[in-house]
Amino acid sequence: MSKAILMNFQVDKENKQVKVDRSFNAPIDMVWPAWTQSEILDQWWAPKPWKANTKSMSFTNGGKWLYAMEGPQGEKHWSVCEYSGIKPVQEFTGRTAFCDEEGYVKPGDPQSNWHVVFNEDGDATKVAIVITFDELKDLEAHIQMGFKEGFTMGLQNLDEYLVGK
Amino acid sequence: MVAQLKSEIIMRRDIFQAIADPTRRAIVMLLAVNVMTPNAIAEHFDSSRQAVSKHLQILVECDLLKQEQQGREIYYHLNAVKMNEVEHWLKQFKALLETRFSQLDEVLTQLKNTKK
Repeated sequence: MSKAILMNFQVDKENKQVKVDRSFNAPIDMVWPAWTQSEILDQWWAPKPWKANTKSMSFTNGGKWLYAMEGPQGEKHWSVCEYSGIKPVQEFTGRTAFCDEEGYVKPGDPQSNWHVVFNEDGDATKVAIVITFDELKDLEAHIQMGFKEGFTMGLQNLDEYLVGK
Repeated sequence: MVAQLKSEIIMRRDIFQAIADPTRRAIVMLLAVNVMTPNAIAEHFDSSRQAVSKHLQILVECDLLKQEQQGREIYYHLNAVKMNEVEHWLKQFKALLETRFSQLDEVLTQLKNTKK
Protein backbone atom coordinates (compact mmCIF):
# COMPACT_ATOMS: atom_id res chain seq x y z
CA MET A 1 0.00 0.00 0.00
CA SER A 2 2.89 2.33 0.73
CA LYS A 3 4.39 1.67 -2.69
CA ALA A 4 5.32 4.99 -4.27
CA ILE A 5 2.99 5.94 -7.07
CA LEU A 6 4.59 7.93 -9.82
CA MET A 7 2.94 10.01 -12.42
CA ASN A 8 4.82 10.94 -15.54
CA PHE A 9 3.46 14.05 -17.23
CA GLN A 10 4.85 15.17 -20.58
CA VAL A 11 3.74 18.00 -22.78
CA ASP A 12 4.25 17.90 -26.52
CA LYS A 13 3.13 21.33 -27.70
CA GLU A 14 4.07 20.63 -31.29
CA ASN A 15 1.58 17.78 -31.53
CA LYS A 16 -0.85 19.38 -29.05
CA GLN A 17 -0.54 16.39 -26.81
CA VAL A 18 -0.23 15.69 -23.15
CA LYS A 19 1.14 12.28 -22.26
CA VAL A 20 0.49 10.85 -18.85
CA ASP A 21 1.68 7.57 -17.34
CA ARG A 22 0.26 6.56 -14.02
CA SER A 23 0.40 3.30 -12.15
CA PHE A 24 -2.40 2.10 -9.90
CA ASN A 25 -1.90 -0.28 -7.06
CA ALA A 26 -4.57 -2.75 -8.16
CA PRO A 27 -4.84 -5.57 -10.69
CA ILE A 28 -5.89 -4.80 -14.23
CA ASP A 29 -9.25 -6.57 -13.87
CA MET A 30 -10.09 -3.97 -11.25
CA VAL A 31 -8.59 -0.90 -12.91
CA TRP A 32 -10.26 -1.50 -16.29
CA PRO A 33 -13.82 -1.45 -14.88
CA ALA A 34 -12.95 1.65 -12.86
CA TRP A 35 -12.32 3.47 -16.15
CA THR A 36 -15.14 1.95 -18.16
CA GLN A 37 -18.14 1.48 -15.84
CA SER A 38 -20.11 4.58 -15.01
CA GLU A 39 -20.95 3.46 -11.43
CA ILE A 40 -17.24 3.52 -10.62
CA LEU A 41 -16.36 6.50 -12.81
CA ASP A 42 -18.96 8.54 -10.92
CA GLN A 43 -16.96 7.92 -7.76
CA TRP A 44 -13.69 9.44 -8.89
CA TRP A 45 -13.87 11.33 -12.19
CA ALA A 46 -14.94 14.66 -10.71
CA PRO A 47 -12.58 16.49 -8.38
CA LYS A 48 -14.29 16.66 -4.98
CA PRO A 49 -16.53 18.29 -3.84
CA TRP A 50 -17.83 18.09 -7.39
CA LYS A 51 -19.57 14.91 -8.39
CA ALA A 52 -19.87 13.15 -11.68
CA ASN A 53 -23.42 11.99 -12.25
CA THR A 54 -24.07 9.67 -15.16
CA LYS A 55 -27.17 10.15 -17.26
CA SER A 56 -26.40 7.38 -19.72
CA MET A 57 -23.50 5.10 -20.53
CA SER A 58 -22.84 2.81 -23.43
CA PHE A 59 -19.27 1.60 -23.40
CA THR A 60 -19.19 0.33 -26.98
CA ASN A 61 -17.53 1.55 -30.15
CA GLY A 62 -19.56 4.59 -31.14
CA GLY A 63 -21.31 4.54 -27.77
CA LYS A 64 -21.31 7.45 -25.35
CA TRP A 65 -20.98 8.35 -21.72
CA LEU A 66 -23.18 11.34 -20.92
CA TYR A 67 -22.67 12.81 -17.48
CA ALA A 68 -22.90 16.00 -15.50
CA MET A 69 -20.26 17.49 -13.27
CA GLU A 70 -22.29 18.73 -10.33
CA GLY A 71 -20.94 21.42 -8.05
CA PRO A 72 -21.69 21.97 -4.38
CA GLN A 73 -24.00 24.88 -5.24
CA GLY A 74 -25.95 22.76 -7.67
CA GLU A 75 -24.16 24.03 -10.77
CA LYS A 76 -23.99 21.52 -13.60
CA HIS A 77 -21.59 21.11 -16.50
CA TRP A 78 -22.65 18.48 -18.98
CA SER A 79 -19.98 16.44 -20.71
CA VAL A 80 -19.98 13.66 -23.22
CA CYS A 81 -17.37 11.07 -24.07
CA GLU A 82 -17.67 9.08 -27.29
CA TYR A 83 -15.84 5.78 -27.40
CA SER A 84 -13.93 4.06 -30.17
CA GLY A 85 -11.09 1.58 -30.61
CA ILE A 86 -12.17 -0.51 -27.64
CA LYS A 87 -10.02 -3.58 -26.98
CA PRO A 88 -11.38 -5.07 -23.76
CA VAL A 89 -8.98 -4.87 -20.81
CA GLN A 90 -6.36 -3.33 -23.10
CA GLU A 91 -7.25 0.06 -24.48
CA PHE A 92 -9.89 2.51 -25.64
CA THR A 93 -10.21 5.98 -27.06
CA GLY A 94 -12.64 8.55 -25.74
CA ARG A 95 -13.46 11.82 -27.42
CA THR A 96 -14.62 14.27 -24.79
CA ALA A 97 -16.48 17.53 -25.08
CA PHE A 98 -18.77 19.82 -23.17
CA CYS A 99 -22.35 19.52 -24.28
CA ASP A 100 -25.93 20.18 -23.25
CA GLU A 101 -28.20 17.90 -21.27
CA GLU A 102 -28.99 15.86 -24.38
CA GLY A 103 -25.36 15.39 -25.27
CA TYR A 104 -25.39 17.94 -28.06
CA VAL A 105 -21.95 19.46 -28.69
CA LYS A 106 -21.90 22.94 -30.16
CA PRO A 107 -19.80 22.99 -33.31
CA GLY A 108 -16.48 24.64 -32.60
CA ASP A 109 -16.51 23.81 -28.89
CA PRO A 110 -13.26 22.47 -27.49
CA GLN A 111 -12.78 18.73 -27.69
CA SER A 112 -10.03 16.39 -26.70
CA ASN A 113 -9.15 12.84 -27.51
CA TRP A 114 -8.09 10.44 -24.78
CA HIS A 115 -6.26 7.30 -25.83
CA VAL A 116 -5.97 5.12 -22.75
CA VAL A 117 -3.83 1.97 -22.66
CA PHE A 118 -3.72 -0.49 -19.76
CA ASN A 119 -0.79 -2.75 -18.94
CA GLU A 120 -0.42 -5.35 -16.26
CA ASP A 121 2.55 -4.75 -14.00
CA GLY A 122 2.63 -7.49 -11.39
CA ASP A 123 -0.17 -6.75 -8.95
CA ALA A 124 -0.33 -3.20 -10.22
CA THR A 125 -1.59 -1.68 -13.46
CA LYS A 126 0.10 0.89 -15.62
CA VAL A 127 -2.16 3.26 -17.46
CA ALA A 128 -0.71 5.25 -20.34
CA ILE A 129 -2.82 8.14 -21.57
CA VAL A 130 -2.26 10.34 -24.59
CA ILE A 131 -4.57 13.33 -24.61
CA THR A 132 -4.70 15.15 -27.93
CA PHE A 133 -6.31 18.57 -28.09
CA ASP A 134 -7.70 19.86 -31.36
CA GLU A 135 -6.07 23.09 -30.31
CA LEU A 136 -3.75 23.45 -27.38
CA LYS A 137 -5.73 26.50 -26.40
CA ASP A 138 -8.65 24.15 -25.76
CA LEU A 139 -6.73 22.91 -22.78
CA GLU A 140 -7.21 26.27 -21.21
CA ALA A 141 -10.89 26.34 -22.11
CA HIS A 142 -11.18 22.86 -20.67
CA ILE A 143 -9.94 24.04 -17.32
CA GLN A 144 -11.51 27.48 -17.34
CA MET A 145 -15.00 26.56 -18.49
CA GLY A 146 -15.47 23.34 -16.65
CA PHE A 147 -13.50 22.99 -13.57
CA LYS A 148 -11.75 26.02 -12.30
CA GLU A 149 -13.68 26.23 -9.09
CA GLY A 150 -14.17 22.57 -8.44
CA PHE A 151 -10.63 21.83 -9.27
CA THR A 152 -9.20 24.33 -6.82
CA MET A 153 -11.43 22.85 -4.15
CA GLY A 154 -10.33 19.42 -5.27
CA LEU A 155 -6.78 20.32 -4.46
CA GLN A 156 -7.71 21.51 -0.99
CA ASN A 157 -9.49 18.24 -0.57
CA LEU A 158 -6.37 16.37 -1.56
CA ASP A 159 -4.31 18.36 0.90
CA GLU A 160 -6.71 17.46 3.70
CA TYR A 161 -6.54 13.88 2.64
CA LEU A 162 -2.76 13.89 2.71
CA VAL A 163 -2.63 15.62 6.09
CA GLY A 164 -5.03 13.03 7.47
CA LYS A 165 -2.67 10.22 6.44
CA MET B 1 -17.38 40.89 -14.54
CA VAL B 2 -18.60 38.58 -17.28
CA ALA B 3 -17.24 40.93 -19.93
CA GLN B 4 -13.94 41.01 -18.13
CA LEU B 5 -13.80 37.24 -17.97
CA LYS B 6 -14.67 36.98 -21.64
CA SER B 7 -11.95 39.38 -22.67
CA GLU B 8 -9.52 37.47 -20.49
CA ILE B 9 -10.42 34.28 -22.28
CA ILE B 10 -10.00 35.88 -25.69
CA MET B 11 -6.69 37.38 -24.66
CA ARG B 12 -5.37 34.12 -23.31
CA ARG B 13 -6.58 32.16 -26.30
CA ASP B 14 -4.46 34.35 -28.46
CA ILE B 15 -1.35 33.16 -26.71
CA PHE B 16 -2.10 29.62 -27.71
CA GLN B 17 -2.81 30.74 -31.23
CA ALA B 18 0.51 32.53 -31.18
CA ILE B 19 2.52 29.46 -30.33
CA ALA B 20 0.49 27.13 -32.54
CA ASP B 21 2.48 28.27 -35.56
CA PRO B 22 5.99 26.82 -36.10
CA THR B 23 7.50 30.07 -37.42
CA ARG B 24 6.15 31.99 -34.46
CA ARG B 25 7.50 29.36 -32.08
CA ALA B 26 10.90 29.72 -33.74
CA ILE B 27 10.74 33.52 -33.36
CA VAL B 28 9.93 33.13 -29.68
CA MET B 29 12.90 30.77 -29.30
CA LEU B 30 15.21 33.25 -31.01
CA LEU B 31 14.07 36.10 -28.84
CA ALA B 32 14.42 34.02 -25.71
CA VAL B 33 18.17 34.48 -26.05
CA ASN B 34 18.45 37.84 -27.77
CA VAL B 35 16.82 41.19 -28.30
CA MET B 36 16.60 41.57 -32.09
CA THR B 37 15.61 43.92 -34.90
CA PRO B 38 13.01 42.72 -37.44
CA ASN B 39 15.73 42.46 -40.09
CA ALA B 40 17.91 40.26 -37.93
CA ILE B 41 14.92 38.05 -37.17
CA ALA B 42 13.91 37.78 -40.85
CA GLU B 43 17.42 36.60 -41.77
CA HIS B 44 16.74 33.39 -39.86
CA PHE B 45 13.81 32.43 -42.05
CA ASP B 46 13.24 31.54 -45.68
CA SER B 47 9.90 33.32 -45.66
CA SER B 48 9.58 36.86 -46.94
CA ARG B 49 10.21 39.85 -44.69
CA GLN B 50 6.50 40.68 -44.94
CA ALA B 51 5.56 37.21 -43.74
CA VAL B 52 7.95 37.45 -40.79
CA SER B 53 6.69 40.92 -40.02
CA LYS B 54 3.13 39.60 -39.97
CA HIS B 55 4.15 36.93 -37.46
CA LEU B 56 5.85 39.57 -35.33
CA GLN B 57 2.71 41.65 -35.41
CA ILE B 58 0.59 38.73 -34.17
CA LEU B 59 3.06 38.02 -31.39
CA VAL B 60 2.99 41.68 -30.34
CA GLU B 61 -0.81 41.69 -30.38
CA CYS B 62 -0.81 38.69 -28.07
CA ASP B 63 1.53 40.56 -25.80
CA LEU B 64 4.16 37.87 -26.18
CA LEU B 65 6.65 40.31 -27.67
CA LYS B 66 7.41 43.91 -26.83
CA GLN B 67 8.73 46.52 -29.19
CA GLU B 68 11.31 49.08 -28.21
CA GLN B 69 12.51 51.99 -30.28
CA GLN B 70 16.24 52.67 -30.03
CA GLY B 71 17.35 55.44 -32.34
CA ARG B 72 16.17 54.46 -35.81
CA GLU B 73 15.83 50.80 -35.05
CA ILE B 74 12.99 48.84 -33.51
CA TYR B 75 13.98 46.01 -31.24
CA TYR B 76 11.81 43.08 -30.24
CA HIS B 77 12.10 41.33 -26.95
CA LEU B 78 10.22 38.51 -25.32
CA ASN B 79 7.59 39.17 -22.69
CA ALA B 80 8.47 36.18 -20.55
CA VAL B 81 5.64 36.74 -18.06
CA LYS B 82 3.15 36.12 -20.83
CA MET B 83 4.85 32.93 -21.93
CA ASN B 84 4.39 31.56 -18.45
CA GLU B 85 0.62 31.58 -18.81
CA VAL B 86 0.80 28.54 -21.06
CA GLU B 87 2.80 26.73 -18.43
CA HIS B 88 0.31 27.88 -15.83
CA TRP B 89 -2.59 26.14 -17.59
CA LEU B 90 -0.57 23.00 -18.12
CA LYS B 91 0.29 22.93 -14.44
CA GLN B 92 -3.36 23.25 -13.54
CA PHE B 93 -4.25 20.44 -15.88
CA LYS B 94 -1.55 18.29 -14.34
CA ALA B 95 -2.85 19.03 -10.85
CA LEU B 96 -6.39 18.18 -11.99
CA LEU B 97 -5.24 14.77 -13.21
CA GLU B 98 -3.30 14.19 -9.99
CA THR B 99 -6.41 14.93 -7.95
CA ARG B 100 -8.53 12.69 -10.10
CA PHE B 101 -6.10 9.78 -9.96
CA SER B 102 -5.60 9.99 -6.22
CA GLN B 103 -9.39 9.71 -5.95
CA LEU B 104 -9.21 6.63 -8.16
CA ASP B 105 -6.56 5.22 -5.81
CA GLU B 106 -9.04 5.55 -2.96
CA VAL B 107 -11.84 3.92 -4.95
CA LEU B 108 -9.58 1.01 -5.90
CA THR B 109 -8.57 0.53 -2.28
CA GLN B 110 -12.24 0.39 -1.29
CA LEU B 111 -12.97 -2.09 -4.07
CA LYS B 112 -10.12 -4.31 -2.93
CA ASN B 113 -11.39 -4.26 0.64
CA THR B 114 -14.93 -5.18 -0.29
CA LYS B 115 -13.66 -8.04 -2.43
CA LYS B 116 -11.74 -9.61 0.46
